[in-house]
Amino acid sequence: MSVFPDAVGLFFHRSASPPHFYALADRFIPWLTVIFVVLILAGLYGGLYLAPSDYQQGDSYRIIYIHVPAAWMSLFIYVLMAIMGGIALVWRIKLAEVMLISSAPIGAGFTFIALVTGSLWGKPMWGTWWVWDARLTSELILLFLYLGIISLHGAIEDQRNAARAVSILALVGVVNIPIIHYSVEWWNTLHQGPTVTKMDKPSIHITMLVPLLIMAIAFKFYYLIAVLQSAKLELLKRESGSQWVKTLLENQA
Amino acid sequence: MSLKSAFFAIIRRDLLLAFRRRAEMANPLFFFVLVVTLFPLAVGAQAHLLQSMAPGVIWVSALLAALLSLDGLFRSDFEDGSLEQMLLSPHALSLLVLGKIIAHWLVTGLPLLLVAPLLAMFLGLPEQAMGTLLLTLILATPLLSLIGAIGVALTVGLRRGGMILSLLVLPLYVPVLIFASSAVDRAASGLPVNAQLNMLTALLFLALVLVPLPTTAALKMSIN
Repeated sequence: MSVFPDAVGLFFHRSASPPHFYALADRFIPWLTVIFVVLILAGLYGGLYLAPSDYQQGDSYRIIYIHVPAAWMSLFIYVLMAIMGGIALVWRIKLAEVMLISSAPIGAGFTFIALVTGSLWGKPMWGTWWVWDARLTSELILLFLYLGIISLHGAIEDQRNAARAVSILALVGVVNIPIIHYSVEWWNTLHQGPTVTKMDKPSIHITMLVPLLIMAIAFKFYYLIAVLQSAKLELLKRESGSQWVKTLLENQA
Repeated sequence: MSLKSAFFAIIRRDLLLAFRRRAEMANPLFFFVLVVTLFPLAVGAQAHLLQSMAPGVIWVSALLAALLSLDGLFRSDFEDGSLEQMLLSPHALSLLVLGKIIAHWLVTGLPLLLVAPLLAMFLGLPEQAMGTLLLTLILATPLLSLIGAIGVALTVGLRRGGMILSLLVLPLYVPVLIFASSAVDRAASGLPVNAQLNMLTALLFLALVLVPLPTTAALKMSIN
């Protein structure tokens, strides 16, 4: 605790205690939901109504308002999971383990959404559901990494051991992601002929960009809500024998 | 006992154990040959098709053979308790683990070099690519053992870890597969392959340094 002032350390230790965190999450979730709904409505209105159609792609480009934020989230959540894995391994903070586990299915979900929306957009634009493009392939491998984490966690019965295993795997994965990404990109440039359309990036107009950024922030809030909800559930499962869960359930009953 | 002698004692012990069960040593080789044999049966025997597919086929088969042999890396030591003794020894577990990985590679990875030229001939790979094929095998099969060791260490405590092991390890094998097969592919068409070989060498050294750390952490997790 020498690096941080005592007050900061105290705050983190208190927030990391399960009952305190549970109450905190309960208090935050309604506010986060309000912000999320406002942002998503603003983003969808801006993206689907205000933004002009693209001169080449017409209206089908509008899928980026789901696709791009989901793809960003898929990477963001993985990095976040690796950070929480590091915290869980070094400081053995139970809450970091819980957040790591709860994040994995959400991240996998965003990765899946990014792949599906990309494929839906690819059909009219590229004329095919799937191309072995570098980005698509590395996103697919990212999905496999998520699934590996989820299934490893499911396979180990002891909760603490499972969390440690998953933390190690998340850290190994995050070291590998750049290597995989660049090797796939390189593989693609070596093998790909001129048959596959590589969309050159037009600089995006401001009326299209603003809704995109709003959607990206809205997705972040959605992740926060989802991860807090499932972390609450995970905490109840893990601490089901402890006193605070008993009093909580008695108060609600 | 110094660290150095402990390191070599581990390698010697694992090699000795492997040589006492010679029949098992041959299994990855048979598997490698069998998988390669399946491809012409499945896609047809057109020479030009097989020739263009040869680098990929050989490398995917080598990867599967390595994956299959991984389970034996820590299994018997985990079951008879020697792994706990290694953990209790005064030497750093990460170096002892590295010794085990090296021994595993000598037993399962290196023999692939013996049959690879035969398979390359089966598939009609041009002779000029033979040297590169052997070179990529030398550089990349230790990588397969190293990366796989992390997955094995994570799953060794599980009763049915085999399926999960492949799910964990195969995505991490992607860069190795890409660089190795593209090197062989380019060599077959007479192009320079320095970049691919350099990348494989870099990955090998990176893995040699980094892999023992998570492997040790995972083994400690599996044991308790």
